[in-house]
Parts: sequence; structure tokens; C-alpha cells
Amino acid sequence: MTFQLSVNGRSHAVDVDPSTPLLWVLRDTIGLTGTKFGCGIAQCGACTVFLDGKPLRSCALPVSAVGSQSVITIEGLSGREAEAVQRAWVARDVPQCGYCQSGQVMSAVALLTEVKKPSDRDIDLAMTGNICRCATYVRIRAAIHDAAKSLEG
Amino acid sequence: MAQPNATPASELRPAASFSSVANARDRAVALFQEAAKVLQHPRCVNCHPRGDRPMQTDQMRPHEPMVVRGADGHGAPGLTCTTCHGNANYETARVPGDLHWHLAPASMAWEGMSVGQICEQLKDPKRNGNRTLAAVIDHASNDSLVKWGWNPGGGRTPAPGTNAEFGELLRAWADAGAHCPAG
Repeated sequence: MTFQLSVNGRSHAVDVDPSTPLLWVLRDTIGLTGTKFGCGIAQCGACTVFLDGKPLRSCALPVSAVGSQSVITIEGLSGREAEAVQRAWVARDVPQCGYCQSGQVMSAVALLTEVKKPSDRDIDLAMTGNICRCATYVRIRAAIHDAAKSLEG
Repeated sequence: MAQPNATPASELRPAASFSSVANARDRAVALFQEAAKVLQHPRCVNCHPRGDRPMQTDQMRPHEPMVVRGADGHGAPGLTCTTCHGNANYETARVPGDLHWHLAPASMAWEGMSVGQICEQLKDPKRNGNRTLAAVIDHASNDSLVKWGWNPGGGRTPAPGTNAEFGELLRAWADAGAHCPAG
């Protein structure tokens, strides 16, 4: 079945089974491999993208449910919050192996878009669904604080 | 030894079968106790927690990942219910879904409460979302998230009986005076 998807501002016609997870359409059909597969059951956060601006585990949504909603992946992420997070991530040298980091960045940007000056608890509650096997959590939290500070004023 | 009228935990006794209870108060109490098999089932209590974190599975384990009620029952900024839960069950990922997946308000916590306490809570507009008894029954009979309890997918145990039988029990309870079990 053919679906017309808006991904990172571009329209893509994809011919896939309706039950295919959005994640696999992004990675295998469209070729955007920045979004990672971790668990396939919405437990790890590696596959996080934005759907109409809100964070979504793309492994847990069938492509048939996307409709006309816009999808933004790590490759298409932009804006003030995204740039602040990118700078903070580089400055703090946040990633270790890096596998989970596109999901971490998506969730961090989602948080900062909604909460301009997040507390430690705000950060923990937003990021708890993004697992990092290298345990970079302390740097992630610090980098989010740095990004929030850089966005002040 | 099983009672003659006892039904298996997975079923509900039909509301009409309570008509043999002549005393209205006793009938209302018995009807509500039968309906409470649904109210106290994990499919329902898991999202009526006493704290801010929902539960999951028949063992009612804390929800993983760690999520919270948030300001509006839909989670915390950056990790809302819709981050993972779509409009319908998605068997590929074993993630359940509904059009408005969310936690019940804290005032409607059922976890750890007795049947009598839940009954009083359901009737109290200050705790039930300012609903009349008719609105409570309508919610229990027609709300899509309530109905999900009988169609949970993913090998989850459904709530006992059927949604229609549950609604009939509550209607008959209301008709009998909506009396609550003691305690």
C-alpha cells in the first residue's frame, strides 16, 4: 500500500505494509538511518522522532497511523533549541558509543521546547525513557542545563 | 465450596439475575460488588493508581519506562503518554493504545481502596470529575478508554465479562438507589 509521508519537510511516497513501524520506513525505505532501532517495544527511546512537533517512539507507531502529520528525524532537526542542544552536546562531549544519542537529542529538544528552564526533575522525567548503555546520564543532564542557559535572554 | 450463584473471575453475573434480591439496598450493594470485579481488575486499576506512576501487567508492576501523571494526566513535558501510545493497540510493538490514553485523575485513585470506598468515590462529584451518576454510568459504558479494558491486546487479560454487562450492572445499581457496600 502506498503512503505519502512528510519527513523533514519533504514528501515521500512509500509502498509498504500498513503495519510496518514508522521506524523501519524511515530507515529502510527512505534511508534516514540516524534514527536507531533499540528495542522495538517503546522501552529504550533510541527511535525517537517528532510527529507534528511532539516526541514519538517511531518503533511503536504503524506507518498507516501517520497520515498527514509531519515527521522530523534527527537529520531534519533545526531551530534554536536544537542548535543549543547540539552546541552543549559537543561542549560536554556527551556521547560515548553514541548509539542512543539521536534519541537523547530529540527528547532533550522536545523538553526545552516546552520547558525553558528545566529542573533536574523535569530533565529526569523527560529523559527517563531514553536508555543509555554507556550511562552518559550525568553529562546529558548537565548539557541540557547548559543548553537552557544558552537560550536565556 | 463455590456459592451457587458465584461466577468465574473472568465473567460477570447478569444484572437481571439480581432481581431476586428483594431489598433494594441489599440489591444495590450486591450489584456494585459484582461491578467492582471490573473496577478492581488490573486493566482498570493500573491507570487509577494512588501515586503518580501508572502500573502495568496483571501483576500491576510500576510502569516501565518510569512515567508520571503530569499536570493533566497525560504525562510530563518531553515524555507524554502519546510519546509511546497511539490511537489503537499496536501488536507489532505490543504497545496498547486508545484515542485518549491517559491516567485517571488523582482524585479517582482506586489502587488499594475497598469496594465501598470506590463506590463512594464514584458518586462524589468532587472526586469524579463533577459527574452526575448518569454521567458516571455513561462514561463507564461508552468511553473508548474504558472499553479498551475488554480489548487490551498483546495477550493482556481483559476485564471480566463485557463492557455492556458492566454498564448494565451500574445502571441496575443506580436504579436500586446506588447504595454502597460498607467499608
